[in-house]
Amino acid sequence: MDQKNKTSKKPKNSKFSQQELPAWKPILTPGWVITSFITIGVLFIPTGLLALSASDNVVEIVDRYDEGCIPDSYSQKAESYIQNPNQNKTCVRTLRVPKKMVAPIFVYYQLEKFYQNHRRFVKSKSDKQLRDADAQDDTHNCFPEDYTADNKPIVPCGLIAWSLFNDTYKLSARGKAINIDKKGIAWKSDMEAKFGSNVYPKNFQKGTLIGGGKLDERIPLSEQEDLIVWMRTAALPTFRKLYGKINTDLESHETITAEVENNYNTYKFGGRKKLVLSTTTWIGGKNDFLGIAYISVGGLCLFIAINFILLYVFRPRRLGDPSYLSWNRQPIV
Amino acid sequence: MKRFVYVNDDDSSHELYCDNRISNRKYTLLNFLPKNLWEQFSRFMNQYFLLIACLQLWPLITPVNPASTWGPLIFIFAVSATKEAWDDYNRYLSDKKANEKQVWVVRQGSKKLIQAQEIHVGNLVWLRENDEVPCDLVLLGTSEPQGVCYVETAALDGETDLKTRNIPPACMGIDSELLHKIKARYGYRGVMECPLPDKDIRRFDANVRLFPPFLDNDVCPLSIKNTILQSCYLRNTEWACGVAVYTGNETKMGMSRGVAEPKLTAVDAMIDKLTGAIFIFQIVVVIVLGIAGNIWKDTEARKHWYVLYPEEGPWYELLIIPLRFELLCSIMIPISIKVSLDLVKSLYAKFIDWDKQMIDVETGTSANATNTAISEDLGQVEYILTDKTGTLTENKMIFKRCCIAGTFFGNENGDAVKDVELLNAINTGSADAIRFVTVMAICNTVVPIKRNYYSASGTVLYKAQSQDEEALVRAAASLHMVFVNKNSNILEINFNGSLKQYEVLEYLEFTSDRKRMSVVVRDCDKGNIMLLSKGADETILPCASAGHQTKTFSDAVDQYAQMGLRTLCLGWREVNEAEYQDWSFMFKEANSTLVDREWRVAEVCQRLEHDLDILGVAAIEDRLQDGVPETIETLRKAGINFWMLTGDKQNTAIQIALSCNFVSPEPKGQLLLVNGKTEDEVCRNLERVLLTMRITKAEPKDVAFVIDGWALEIALKHYRKAFTELAILSRTAICCRVTPSQKAQLVELLKSCDYRTLAIGDGGNDVRMIQQADIGVGISGREGLQAARAADYSIGKFKFLKRLILVHGRYSYNRTAFLSQYSFYKSLLICFIQIFFSFVSGVSGTSLFNSVSLMAYNVFYTSVPVLVSVVDKDLSEKTVMQHPQILYYCQAGRLLNPTTFAGWFGRALFHAIVVFAITIHSYAFEKSGLEEVSMVALSGCVWLQAFVVTLETNSFTILQHVAIWGNLVVFYIINWIVSAVPQSGMYTIMHRLCRQPAYWNTMFLIVAAGMGPVLALKYFRYTYKSSKINILQQAERVGGPILSLGNIEPQPRSLLDSDLAPLSISHAKNARNSVFEPLLSDSPNALRRSFGPDFFHSHSPYSRNKDM
Repeated sequence: MDQKNKTSKKPKNSKFSQQELPAWKPILTPGWVITSFITIGVLFIPTGLLALSASDNVVEIVDRYDEGCIPDSYSQKAESYIQNPNQNKTCVRTLRVPKKMVAPIFVYYQLEKFYQNHRRFVKSKSDKQLRDADAQDDTHNCFPEDYTADNKPIVPCGLIAWSLFNDTYKLSARGKAINIDKKGIAWKSDMEAKFGSNVYPKNFQKGTLIGGGKLDERIPLSEQEDLIVWMRTAALPTFRKLYGKINTDLESHETITAEVENNYNTYKFGGRKKLVLSTTTWIGGKNDFLGIAYISVGGLCLFIAINFILLYVFRPRRLGDPSYLSWNRQPIV
Repeated sequence: MKRFVYVNDDDSSHELYCDNRISNRKYTLLNFLPKNLWEQFSRFMNQYFLLIACLQLWPLITPVNPASTWGPLIFIFAVSATKEAWDDYNRYLSDKKANEKQVWVVRQGSKKLIQAQEIHVGNLVWLRENDEVPCDLVLLGTSEPQGVCYVETAALDGETDLKTRNIPPACMGIDSELLHKIKARYGYRGVMECPLPDKDIRRFDANVRLFPPFLDNDVCPLSIKNTILQSCYLRNTEWACGVAVYTGNETKMGMSRGVAEPKLTAVDAMIDKLTGAIFIFQIVVVIVLGIAGNIWKDTEARKHWYVLYPEEGPWYELLIIPLRFELLCSIMIPISIKVSLDLVKSLYAKFIDWDKQMIDVETGTSANATNTAISEDLGQVEYILTDKTGTLTENKMIFKRCCIAGTFFGNENGDAVKDVELLNAINTGSADAIRFVTVMAICNTVVPIKRNYYSASGTVLYKAQSQDEEALVRAAASLHMVFVNKNSNILEINFNGSLKQYEVLEYLEFTSDRKRMSVVVRDCDKGNIMLLSKGADETILPCASAGHQTKTFSDAVDQYAQMGLRTLCLGWREVNEAEYQDWSFMFKEANSTLVDREWRVAEVCQRLEHDLDILGVAAIEDRLQDGVPETIETLRKAGINFWMLTGDKQNTAIQIALSCNFVSPEPKGQLLLVNGKTEDEVCRNLERVLLTMRITKAEPKDVAFVIDGWALEIALKHYRKAFTELAILSRTAICCRVTPSQKAQLVELLKSCDYRTLAIGDGGNDVRMIQQADIGVGISGREGLQAARAADYSIGKFKFLKRLILVHGRYSYNRTAFLSQYSFYKSLLICFIQIFFSFVSGVSGTSLFNSVSLMAYNVFYTSVPVLVSVVDKDLSEKTVMQHPQILYYCQAGRLLNPTTFAGWFGRALFHAIVVFAITIHSYAFEKSGLEEVSMVALSGCVWLQAFVVTLETNSFTILQHVAIWGNLVVFYIINWIVSAVPQSGMYTIMHRLCRQPAYWNTMFLIVAAGMGPVLALKYFRYTYKSSKINILQQAERVGGPILSLGNIEPQPRSLLDSDLAPLSISHAKNARNSVFEPLLSDSPNALRRSFGPDFFHSHSPYSRNKDM
């Protein structure tokens, strides 16, 4: 028994088992560290400038309309205004184009203080039901918007779909309507794979509590692009969702009239609604953050590098000086 | 309480006492699962994970799929249960082997072969030569007419010489036929009254009473001398028989075996502590966020109509949000840490097993790590408690030098046997030389083995009670005085081809009190009677005939002792017939007394042992193992304190201690003796030694104390506090004549002072100390494999200890320190991001990351790169060996403690802020889809951790490159694949992100912003506040003269090499009175120690890092 063990325990003879794999052992030499800081600084500042200029090239019109679209008489009771189904909620906004906007121009609605990422909200949907016509009873995540009062499954179920955003915008310039293309605003992948082309809305918004927008029951879910966009939940309480695209250029200093149908209730929780028209560049929409961050990180790196150079010049220290080893010093008694 | 044993009782005691089944098993087949689960769940971490896993089954609160916790949990449990089961199975097999061994036992009046486990108390067990004793027996008969037998007790107490055991006087003369016929219950023919089982192997206070037909009807006392104990071997005796008095786990061996507690390393304890701290932090976070969440819910969430909070919730509604946060934060304590640690620990163990440099070339045994879980502790050892014989020494006695009638032999070439002058002296017939060699050859109890006499090799094998005697006989043989045969009382000596015969008339046995032995022989040719004596100088020299000059001999003894040799003085005198006859009568009478026999015999012996002609001094070397002094020197430089615990004599222990750098030579070293037989004496000595210690503490002196077993017993019992102080003050100690349990007690004492202890030994007597110590190392040596089996590590030679501690222990500690803290770092990182996310998600406990990402993050992305840190080396092995002082960083736990952990905690917080802030700002507005933001944040974490591992890695082998950069590639591949699955939540996400320049810009930004400050800080510390490790790293990489500069001025390696070593350790003579004696005359301006307890500036090893 012992003999056997001994032979089988014979050490393996390899570089790995002997922990002798050839190794590259870099250390933090001043040259190496200072060079890398300078490199980062030198690379980051131009990149930051580039990003900043790209962001600067984006033309963006933002118009907050939630307050302005409440008639003065209702300003203290905005909620009852918005909840009144018989009230005409159309309101007209005037936007100015600051610079020439080249097509495609994206039309977004921006919501603030809207928690699409709330735990009750974000889970309240059924992927299976959205995809598969046979799975309309798969509503277990959707409570309380899973079944109607007479126990029929709601398609699409859940709070997300139920709270569908339903403001609409009509744009016109110089009396001429600007066509907002609402096709192709949702991800193609979502339309093809996540929402079934044979799943039709059923029993939707039929309960006592009406949430947001309604859906045309004749159109399959895969074609309901507004719903698809809405159901890509946002990670942050401030978010923009694509409303449509404008395929014509907008000239500088043009005045655009936006006819907003102000249906969606953000007044209850003090959320804001904004209409956004924006062009795009390689970096996406208007966002100065990356540019500024790049420049500041690059600057910081250069600053660190300069400090280290100064330290290196004025307080040089020999690497690996044995005299720093305390046991090489004779203790003085 | 007593137990009554009826001799040869077959049946009555079956139900009273256990049978002889040995069981070291922990589990049975039935109780394995519950017991094992119970044990696993008694650990806090496992309870925690179970609780989390159970909570996750509640869909209302779980942020992720329960499988992400249950899977790893079940896996972990299965792995450790399997390991336990395997270990227990092996224990079962070895028990079974011992239990099923065949032994002869008298059953129904005749001898029968039965299995060892069937022996019951009262059975009559017969043993033959070289049998292992199956249980504790009281001797009743032996093959020897004098009623003695020889046993080897190495397995029990580690002493390799043969011991004599006597049958009780009451049983003298009962012939073997009659023994068979003893039958209990025939009017109680023999009753033994024994104490209850205990573990004291030096004590057995019992008595026996025999009834007719045996003559003696009186109570006859029994002592340990009348027993043969389990695990001993019967030697040089044809047969012996005895009554089983203790069986199974109740034997002295079994009682002292003790259950080996699972060992927890200091690193593990620290990790547990940190886990506890994190747990508390987590609870605080959960409570704060839970309250905030509930407040937000009540004040804000009900306004958010789209969330549709019900007006009236269930009773547990208030708990829901805190519990959600608990689950969200549960990843703060990484479940992967246990798996990763187990994995790397077993790899550390494998590295030890595989190490080519720790293979003993002579025997071909490699090092073996039996306990795979405690390698880090090797790097944190503060005290090494070592056995002497067989551990430091080779346990091979060799006759080296001698001084015959004032002439020194063997001084030139260090080997008297090859000294031409001595050979000449013998050949030319120098009377002194021949007598000297004759005494060497016949004044002993050695038995030459006949069957090898005519064998091809031509050498005679000797069986000796003591290794010293064997060495002398061997040496005599090489000096042409071959002891060839022993035929009852006739000794045959082959001297230069002519056969001489001597008749042994009496043996005057060696006892530890007499410290000498003599034989009375009759020269068969001449007919004259001679007394030949040998023994310690202090017992032989006073017996010299008046006027005989002994000065030269005592000088010789001193000189040899300084070289670390064991010395024996040899003497003789002629005895006339009449004197012998008178004396012989007295001797026989003394031998048959019942009261104080030993004392009476000693007294009678003394009447003959006088007026000796001192022939000379023989010096015997118990050779130190290869590299022992260097190993001890290196490890002492590494700040490890050495204690020597030996069953051997004080003189020998001190000699060995000196010769192996155990005690620094004068002027640095100083020996303080603590001995005494009574409480008062010990107390006085102890106080005096303490006083000296306190005084010398300020001086850089290397003070060691020496204590013997008796004084130790008293000190531990009555003056524990003082002794503990002494133990703390002294870097070195020599404890001689200590028992196995005392060794264990000393280990316990040091452990109670919060020191990390390592016990190293080779014999059965070291087993308890090995099991008791934090780390037990066994030397698979000449005393069998018992210690090696009980130990956590077994090595072939003492010198491998250096490599085991400095290389394997140190690397293991460093690697685990990094790995464990890194595991916490990466868990905290992702957890902080989750917490930050909860601030923007209405404190509702939404998880930013999905289950797949969370699990993969823990299991793959962050575990794999860090696992390759098991091959990371901060310094090369060579550098560590040259600068053993660097071990201090491990010993003091400088790499894993709350301070370093706070650094990692801060880094996690900083990185979480960087990742989260950059992600939510660069992915704002139209890009703020949950899936995208989640994936960007996850990528950011994975990128950062790759660079963190890179920054913390000291040496990049191919494995590191593959693991770090390969892991990053794999991250993208995995997510690319998952993104291609339509059912997954992150369908097409990765494809979209990879096409966006903004994504890559974000990644670079995260890396630069996250790593820049870390790198700057590390560089600053590395260059301007460098630790010793950093300096050595720089020196090593830059290359240069440091490697030679770093060496401390060499100390004399081996005293054997320099006869000039000016040491006088004549402790043997003046030890009684002096409490301390300098090794050399006082030299106040001695060279100061270049290192010492305070060599790391203000860090005294005695003031432990209390915040650890």
